[in-house]
Amino acid sequence: MSNLLLFPIIIPLIMATILMLFPNKIKMQRLVALLSALVTLIASLFLLFKVYNDGIQVVTLGSWPAPFGISMVSDLFSALLVVTTSLIVLFVVLYSFPTIGIKREQSFYYPAVLFLLTGVNGAFTTGDIFNLFVFVEVLLMASYTLIVHGGERQQLRESIKYLLVNIISSALFVAAVALLYSVTGTLNMADLAVKIPQIENTGILTVIAVLFLVVFGFKAAIFPLYFWLPASYHAPPMPILALFGALLTKVGVYAIMRTYTLFFTMNVGFTHELLAIIAILTILAGCVGALAYFDVKKIIIYNIIIAVGVILFGVSQLNEAGVQGSILYLIHDMMIKAALFFLVGIVAVIFGTSNLRKMGGLMKTYPVLGWTYLVAAFGLAGIPPLSGFPGKLLIVQGGFEGPQFWGSIVILATSLIVLLSAVRIFIYAFWGEPVETEPLKKSAYHAMLIPSMLLVAITVFFGVGAELFMPLVSGAAEVLLNPSLYIEAVFKE
Amino acid sequence: MEIIMSVVIGFMFMAAVYLMLSKSLIRIIIGTGLLSHGAHLLLLTMGGLGGEAPPVVAYGVSVSDYADPLPQALILTAIVISFAVTSFFLVVAYRAYQELGTDNMELLKGTEDHE
Repeated sequence: MSNLLLFPIIIPLIMATILMLFPNKIKMQRLVALLSALVTLIASLFLLFKVYNDGIQVVTLGSWPAPFGISMVSDLFSALLVVTTSLIVLFVVLYSFPTIGIKREQSFYYPAVLFLLTGVNGAFTTGDIFNLFVFVEVLLMASYTLIVHGGERQQLRESIKYLLVNIISSALFVAAVALLYSVTGTLNMADLAVKIPQIENTGILTVIAVLFLVVFGFKAAIFPLYFWLPASYHAPPMPILALFGALLTKVGVYAIMRTYTLFFTMNVGFTHELLAIIAILTILAGCVGALAYFDVKKIIIYNIIIAVGVILFGVSQLNEAGVQGSILYLIHDMMIKAALFFLVGIVAVIFGTSNLRKMGGLMKTYPVLGWTYLVAAFGLAGIPPLSGFPGKLLIVQGGFEGPQFWGSIVILATSLIVLLSAVRIFIYAFWGEPVETEPLKKSAYHAMLIPSMLLVAITVFFGVGAELFMPLVSGAAEVLLNPSLYIEAVFKE
Repeated sequence: MEIIMSVVIGFMFMAAVYLMLSKSLIRIIIGTGLLSHGAHLLLLTMGGLGGEAPPVVAYGVSVSDYADPLPQALILTAIVISFAVTSFFLVVAYRAYQELGTDNMELLKGTEDHE
């Protein structure tokens, strides 16, 4: 038993609380926020190292034995996601310095970001389904503050809808947990994985599984439930958008991946086929949006939806290649989305608008930005050897090995649409006749560009060096595919 | 008893949906409150309403007499969370009313620039 896995949750929590004491000292705010993100990243890297060497880490709070106390479980999958989350928050904090504005920095911006980090890391680490609800509420509460932060007209208008959708999905979450408890008599995920196969009446469990899919689907933005996402995400400023786009939907995706591999496996023929069909529909719906809009933010936002579909399709196949691909693609997508939002944010600042039609000719004045964007766009589309490629390759392979081979064909075809939608920004913004641009100080430009370039460089490394990360990913997939490993680790404590 | 509770919960969900479908923002917020109350009662009911003794070890009380303590703990957590979220929602609604000059959801449809 080691408390190490609690550090990525507790460090940002404590630091955020401390930060709330002196909102007006901006330099201190920046320094402390940066340091706490950095320390969280280091702690999560230690955690990943420990999990890789010593196996799954479990802490049961209050030292109650496993099914009674609240378990916190860190397997390779959740440790990998915690590392990625901490990394992205570090870069978002760096990118926030030049972009978010002093007004917002004075109004508890950094504490809200760190509370979000607490919630996301907690949701990735918890081993109890009700505790997952609590951590999701923590991150939602932080996201409510962030989406309305600054109180502009459009933000207020959209945050009402965002709040409403999430409150409804939270109420459904509580209802789903209640039904699950009445059927199984437990809420510990490992215990659920033991008890669910013993229940003969799988019909009611299938209903509960689909109810959970709806609940997490609201958060993950899957096909019929993604309607709230594009408008809501369009409202807040760019660093917040990058944070949301990279992390929030991924919590829903993680929850679906965890529940649908660990214990909702009693009726795979129905639930996982449903998941596969919904995943493909999600991809198609996202493609329509990504091509339809001439707004750089909207294009990337719809790409979030496409990626959610691709990841969930890999999981729904429940074979080694598919699940490994999903894990790789999930990590890739978190980083590449943050990087793309950063870069698009710089473009939007330079032109003073996010409308593509009013852009053009940046290649002559900002060549480095152009090439960085092109690399990130190719990475998004999965052009080898960049980071989207290995994940997508494995997902497609998993699809061909599994029952829904047509899904793989759709994914391959839509990759071209993803490429088109991302390159369209490049063509409109960087090629063509130069358009008058807003004056931008060199120092501010560099302060925005450097974190973006670093993040793109990391994604390139993640793609080119995918072989290096494969032991981690295959270890994570092994636990997802063999729930007995997870169960043993939890009950051993 | 569980049957009566289920009917009550169903009624609360129905009332919540009715309120949330209205145009006025304040009625929508009351609707979300009702919805979470319904979910909390569901949590309590689904744990089983039997059991007379508090779940504390005492002389002459067997395990089968205990009330299930877990739903009570869960419901307490859920109530606190929904209280916080509702109060936040009310503040945001008030600010939005100040800024946008309306609380009619019909007028808040779509985005401002319709892009």
